[in-house]
Amino acid sequence: MAGKEIVLSVQDLSITYLTRRGRLQAVSHVSFDLHRGETLALIGESGCGKSTLNFGLMRLLPKNANTETGKIVYTDRAGQKIDVLALNTRSLRKFRWSECAMVFQGAQNSLNPVIHVRDMIYDTAKAHGLNNRSEVRERALELFRKVRLDPERVFNSYPHELSGGMRQRVLIALGLLLNPQVVIFDEPTTALDILTQRSILNVLRDLKEELGFSSIFISHDLAVAAEIADTVATMYAGEIVEMGPVNDIFYEPRHAYTLGLMEASPRLSVGREELDGIPGSPPDLVELPTGCKFHIRCPFAIESCKTTQPPLEQASIGHIVACYKSSEVLERGKELRSVSSTARVARLS
Amino acid sequence: MTTQQPLIELRHVHRHFKKGRTDIPVLQDISLAVHPGEILCLVGESGCGKTTTGKIMVGLLAESSGEVLYEGQPIHGRGRKDKSEYRRSLQIVHQDPFASLNPSHTIGQILSYPLKRHHLVSNRAELRRRIWELLTLVDLTPPGDIVNKYPHQLSGGQRQRVSIARALSVNPRLIVADEAVSMVDVSIRISLLKTLQSLRDRFGIAVVFITHDLALAKYFAWEGRVAVMYLGRVVEIGSTPEIIGSPSHPYTKALISAIPEADPILTRRKETLPLRSDDIPSLVNIPAGCAFHPRCPFFVPGVCDQEVPALEPLNGYGQEVACIPLTQGMGLSIRESNAAS
Repeated sequence: MAGKEIVLSVQDLSITYLTRRGRLQAVSHVSFDLHRGETLALIGESGCGKSTLNFGLMRLLPKNANTETGKIVYTDRAGQKIDVLALNTRSLRKFRWSECAMVFQGAQNSLNPVIHVRDMIYDTAKAHGLNNRSEVRERALELFRKVRLDPERVFNSYPHELSGGMRQRVLIALGLLLNPQVVIFDEPTTALDILTQRSILNVLRDLKEELGFSSIFISHDLAVAAEIADTVATMYAGEIVEMGPVNDIFYEPRHAYTLGLMEASPRLSVGREELDGIPGSPPDLVELPTGCKFHIRCPFAIESCKTTQPPLEQASIGHIVACYKSSEVLERGKELRSVSSTARVARLS
Repeated sequence: MTTQQPLIELRHVHRHFKKGRTDIPVLQDISLAVHPGEILCLVGESGCGKTTTGKIMVGLLAESSGEVLYEGQPIHGRGRKDKSEYRRSLQIVHQDPFASLNPSHTIGQILSYPLKRHHLVSNRAELRRRIWELLTLVDLTPPGDIVNKYPHQLSGGQRQRVSIARALSVNPRLIVADEAVSMVDVSIRISLLKTLQSLRDRFGIAVVFITHDLALAKYFAWEGRVAVMYLGRVVEIGSTPEIIGSPSHPYTKALISAIPEADPILTRRKETLPLRSDDIPSLVNIPAGCAFHPRCPFFVPGVCDQEVPALEPLNGYGQEVACIPLTQGMGLSIRESNAAS
């Protein structure tokens, strides 16, 4: 992805929530660049800050949230740089949806149940200055065809007349209505059945090829990330602890947490597997541990992990990691992989 | 399969639910047996009847017709003592750890009720000792920190451990784990499953593991069996390595080919079996013949849409499949006219 134009650049973004118990550090010092046409998958467990980060990018955070530090720079089609955090309400409305759209988790709750799908589309278009109904209709029908829906029928339906997978496809089409450059997908296939998930993944892949938008993909399911991402970022306790090309992250993880996630994910076509969970549970974001946030659960932890935060460092081309023991993690991962591939060979013979 | 008497057996069980004036057939002709100490996975998509099957097994739901046998005896029409014995032996762990524990009771209280109800302890010291023991068994240590806590003070994974401890408290012979780990984070999942596995190894408890995640089923039930359900029927059953490694029924084939893998090269190379339709038919209007025929790429007109296929043995390894072209040796082939989806 290097060398391609950067569409969205996030630098040192920190977001906190003010809660009764104190300041909750949801996202801390996150930086990344999203290139044209790139799909970035954010993986991590619940409460690691993936959703907050994306709400922050769209400036959709609730009132008790505070963007403490950081910069979000968006480059529009004309090459103009826009500082998202400095946008006023009016330009923000223009930025959302027509430049950067979001497809929310849970298609059941994201569509208005009392109006037709067509009215939702007309409303959206109107709010963004498109008043020519027949043009909007044409565009919507074309998108419905692209996401493999029966266009006429769905256009004139109420959400309850559609199945979960169809609703999710409507949401995807709705997100693409104004031809945004960046689309954020928040767990788009969670809560869908296997065969439905497959068809949504196929639709997303084809759409990306055809329309060339960039996307940020939030998922707790590693398999989905493996399938769709170009770049993967692992988040833990609000930080990006490792980021790199998808194959690097899956085959040569260098952060103990990424390796832990890999080792906890069963794979279907590999024979018998020895898996291991990660001991303990994620830290309390109000009282964060010192040093590396993962050290309490980490089998590799050494003294310095407890006191000083490991910096994000370049490990190979496009692959950064914040771990003092990254070379040991890499070795351990290779060992585990060779064991599991012998298991596979044993089963095939 | 062994000739041993099954612990619990469903014979031609049907179950309908009423919705307004229509009867919705949720389960049709389910015959399943679980042997002592065995792991059986029920897999399938939402609405296929896996949870209903689990609930009928433990007696939380009654069957509409058919028979449920516990150790060869029908579960209905038992005397009071017998019934309590059956109830005690079959336990369930529900999906949602946030809804299945009473929020106004402490963990200690939650665990004490089944022990008292089934008269498994005779005094308070014994009760306390038993609760301590249970919490240690499910790795909630130190127990002293947990007993006085309320469910909201625990994480999802910890709550699910409490649910398992509660099921375990009455020395059951079978635990039905209904999507017991699907609401728990990836890193916690495996250790929960390991706890379940170790309990099975230690006490010989049979586990019926209900899940929609085949990769998880594969990991958990490698030594057991998998039953694949579709629209209220079992379409294929067999040993886990057989089902996952060489699925026979077109629906199982489609499921396995559709699942993304946590391995970028593998998952992008995977060939998906194209279906004729993406939509799951509604239970109100189940297609005639094989319920999968409108979506099946191997559909044989005049055969699959006529007769409901029965589960029949496919090979000598105990694998059974409900697919007429397969069991009658016609084989599966994708027809050109069918392939267009």
